[in-house]
Amino acid sequence: MDDEKMVRQANQIAQYFSAYPEDRAKEGVRGHIRKFWEPRMRTQLINYAGAGGEGLHPLVLWAATQLQDEAGQPV
Amino acid sequence: MASVNPINYGTPRRESDTQVMLEIDGRSVTVPEGTSVMRAAIESGIDVPKLCASDNVEPFGSCRLCLVEIEGKRGYPASCTTEVAEGMEVRTVSDKLNQLRRGVIELYLSDHPGASKVETGDVGDDELLRLARDLDVREVRYDKDGRNHQDAVIDDSNPYFDFDSSRCIVCSRCVRACDEVQGTFALTVDGRGFASMISAGTDSDDFLNSECVSCGACVQACPTEALVEKNVIEQGMPERSVTTTCAYCGVGCSFNAELKGDEVVRMVPAKEGKANHGHSCVKGRFAWGYTNHPDRITKPMVRDKITDPWREVSWDEAMSFAVERINGIRDKHGSTALGAITSSRCTNEETYLVQKMARAVFGTNNVDTCARVCHSPTGYGLNSTFGTSAGTQDFDSVEKSDVILVIGANPTDAHPVFASQMKKRLREGARLIVVDPRAIDLVRSPHVAAEHHLQLQPGTNVALVNALAHTVLAEGLENRAFVEQRCDVEEYDAWREFILREENSPEHTAQYTGVPADALREAARLYATGGNAAIYYGLGVTEHSQGSTMVMGMANIAMATGNIGRPGVGVNPLRGQNNVQGSCDMGSFPHELPGYRHISDQGVRDIYEAEWGVKLDDEPGLRIPNMIDAATGGTFKALYVQGEDILQSDPNIKHIAAGLAAMECVIIQDIFLNETASYAHVFLPGSTFLEKDGTFTNAERRINRVRKIRTAPGGYADWEVTQMLAQALGYPMNYGHPSEIMDEIARTTPTFRGVSFDKIDALGSVQWPCNDEHPEGTPVMHVDNFVRGKGKFMLTPFVPTDERANRRFPLLLTTGRILSQYNVGAQTRRTANRLWHAEDWLELHPSDAEVRGIKDGTLVAVASRMGETTLRAKVSERMTPGVVYTTFHFPETAANVITTEYSDWATECPEYKVTAVEVRPCNTLSEWQRRYMDTRDQMQRIEGNQSVRAPDTVAASVEEASDDDWEPAE
Ligand code: SF4
Ligand code: SF4
Ligand code: FES
Repeated sequence: MDDEKMVRQANQIAQYFSAYPEDRAKEGVRGHIRKFWEPRMRTQLINYAGAGGEGLHPLVLWAATQLQDEAGQPV
Repeated sequence: MASVNPINYGTPRRESDTQVMLEIDGRSVTVPEGTSVMRAAIESGIDVPKLCASDNVEPFGSCRLCLVEIEGKRGYPASCTTEVAEGMEVRTVSDKLNQLRRGVIELYLSDHPGASKVETGDVGDDELLRLARDLDVREVRYDKDGRNHQDAVIDDSNPYFDFDSSRCIVCSRCVRACDEVQGTFALTVDGRGFASMISAGTDSDDFLNSECVSCGACVQACPTEALVEKNVIEQGMPERSVTTTCAYCGVGCSFNAELKGDEVVRMVPAKEGKANHGHSCVKGRFAWGYTNHPDRITKPMVRDKITDPWREVSWDEAMSFAVERINGIRDKHGSTALGAITSSRCTNEETYLVQKMARAVFGTNNVDTCARVCHSPTGYGLNSTFGTSAGTQDFDSVEKSDVILVIGANPTDAHPVFASQMKKRLREGARLIVVDPRAIDLVRSPHVAAEHHLQLQPGTNVALVNALAHTVLAEGLENRAFVEQRCDVEEYDAWREFILREENSPEHTAQYTGVPADALREAARLYATGGNAAIYYGLGVTEHSQGSTMVMGMANIAMATGNIGRPGVGVNPLRGQNNVQGSCDMGSFPHELPGYRHISDQGVRDIYEAEWGVKLDDEPGLRIPNMIDAATGGTFKALYVQGEDILQSDPNIKHIAAGLAAMECVIIQDIFLNETASYAHVFLPGSTFLEKDGTFTNAERRINRVRKIRTAPGGYADWEVTQMLAQALGYPMNYGHPSEIMDEIARTTPTFRGVSFDKIDALGSVQWPCNDEHPEGTPVMHVDNFVRGKGKFMLTPFVPTDERANRRFPLLLTTGRILSQYNVGAQTRRTANRLWHAEDWLELHPSDAEVRGIKDGTLVAVASRMGETTLRAKVSERMTPGVVYTTFHFPETAANVITTEYSDWATECPEYKVTAVEVRPCNTLSEWQRRYMDTRDQMQRIEGNQSVRAPDTVAASVEEASDDDWEPAE
């Protein structure tokens, strides 16, 4: 998927969870992406975030770092 | 109608705690108080002659055939209108009664042609003639001249049935069926006495041009051949019947397919059907002719490139071709380059097999279903709050509702049989709130009116539901006791704090929704305090960028007001396709195994790994839009699609087409060469619901049987084709019958543990969860506890969609469907239903039309930032200014050329319901439409055939229809 679409979709998730207190919001975004995004999409996100992550919501940036750390681990 | 299943009890069943004992013809009979003498007699096996009585309408007492003698009563009372009484002694047979009855029959016959018009069948479909025979009435002593209707012209305007008033006995069964059962009030009795006539009550006075919606209830009710199916006249009387389930919408009506040999003569809705109680709509009853349509593909076909013509081949050759391609792609790119799409039109067993094929044979979780584009947010939203994605009620629950809140659904068009049940309840006094940008029929129709119509701007559902919740909390209307007992109170408190913020007040949200604060507050009060309140919703909720949030918002207000866990209340998705519930249940989503269990759960994988003998991938797979993206990105190469047409039904057609074109092996299994097949390399002929055994699960989680009537013209049911492909790929899949597949589902899925074909056959149908705890199924969910334990309130921040009206695209387009057509229309377009809806049109408000110089019937171009398409305009007060509307039943319209790639945040369900557009008069097709029509024929050629489409069914192009021909239909 093109980066613009990926950024928009990831940010939509963050927008939803940002209604919650910070810790829960962070975990919400990470968990959602982990649970529903296929590995290729997660890799794309991780790479994009690693390259600066332009336009990504801060919660998504955080989630991307987490997902990178746990890559290969179960949910 | 003299149905093949003829027991008609004459009057409706009554419910009462008091039982009454009486004697009929010397036999002791016990029935509930309020039952008619007629019903009591027939229930105990004593037949009573009748003409004007039928057990689906209230008794009328006009024909005087059902006379009986009652000890101690003078005269001969009509048994249909006489209620039973304790100790009553009734006689149904005597010489005097016979003499009176014969007199009545003679009188009726004096204004009747006297013979059936169904050639082969002695008394044909006429109960009057049957009674005349049974009562031995041979001659008619009355004067046949004068005062009769024997010269009346037959009204054959309806494509499916005729009205011949020369055979009408003015018993008004049809009128009562239309009023009481269907709720359309299309028929009246005109005139008085002998001159009286049934009329469809319009100027031209024919059925087609009347308010009639062609449900057929009147035809079924008519005791003579005055109203009779054209098929019965043409084919003769049916000889036997097989009970099966409609393959159209999510109501899942049960039908008795009445057959002559192996040919269907008519479909008669089954009285025992627990979803439909003997009623149906035009689609299920009449629009099954597509099953015999000449466009059906009956031989497998293959081609190397999508630019080649199709080549008909044997099943073996088709399988080898597919296997070679799939194996080649897998060797080169791995399993993640493969995927499958299951069908919501196929059976549970077939859907289960397709996801099994993906996971166990292809070795990937890349499997998805069309629910992606309709109710996936229901799954996410209800699961988060209640712990299961299931709708909470059975349909009959509505009979106990006091307040009905319909949001983003149009039941009279999309779920007509349930709409009739709902309208009946509304006529009994339940109060209605409609939330919809469009004035749907329910807002105002005969004897039904919405107390509140909240006509919101598209894309603002969440703001609206938050304002409803705000009102409930701010005005202290919540059910605190329910919340404390049944819900997670900490989550509730957080939600309460959130909802009570000023940003969620009706006064604040009005700027987005366009709904005045007062109106909203009144609706909220009614919902919270009006008694049992039930929410029914449809795609107007889910197909939004905040679809999942909205579903949670509705679940929240239901919990906050205690409207969950008993009959009459609940949160009810009205699901679109016949088996969309089932296809979701069967593990069609890329992250879930059957029964909605996440693929990462080792315990669940263990069950399937043992059952299937393979190792399963523990990562979620690609969803449909992700498959398309991955295809254009070069990492997704092969797709097996059973019974879906993603090119027509999914958003942003151009992108889908590019994705399909980038794949190396697209396998389509369908009954027609659908639009997606233009991009396919292998075509496998599919089967219709008449050609297979299996089950469908309707919107109320009811598992109904589908029974095979004949063999598919291609030779195989869809499950057999999937099995053949699996075997060809070297996987041992060896089911002898779909019941064995259901046994496997039951073995592996806790909510289906108690389900089997035997049980469904014995009970008629069963609603899951069906297990040790609920051996006969579960009509109402969450009765004592929520599935997840405590109900969980979820926060629902309103995020306006990015898709907004602006200077260039100042109008908002929303999409929907209409009664006579179904989904992408592949079936209904191939029936006489085209008479009601021969093309898609654009509805817009008179003020929006006027400033643009648009009139009814003008060809208009609708342009969004994605693309442009041309269709005809229909100017309509139903629309709110600034909002336009279209259906998507015809591929030529290409409505999805204009819809965007925006989607629900949680599930990627596309935002069909909001697209910013501009509309202008024009006189040509859009470039996409022209190119599409040029290439479609090219891409669908079959070697040796001039055309795969029967000439008369080539959809009339917009250009061909002249403006004069065109008339807007309702
Ligand atoms: S077909 Fe249905 S809607 Fe039409 S007149 Fe008969 S009962 Fe009424
Ligand atoms: S059309 Fe049939 S149902 Fe209607 S009044 Fe005539 S006989 Fe009765
Ligand atoms: S059946 Fe009772 S009066 Fe007609």
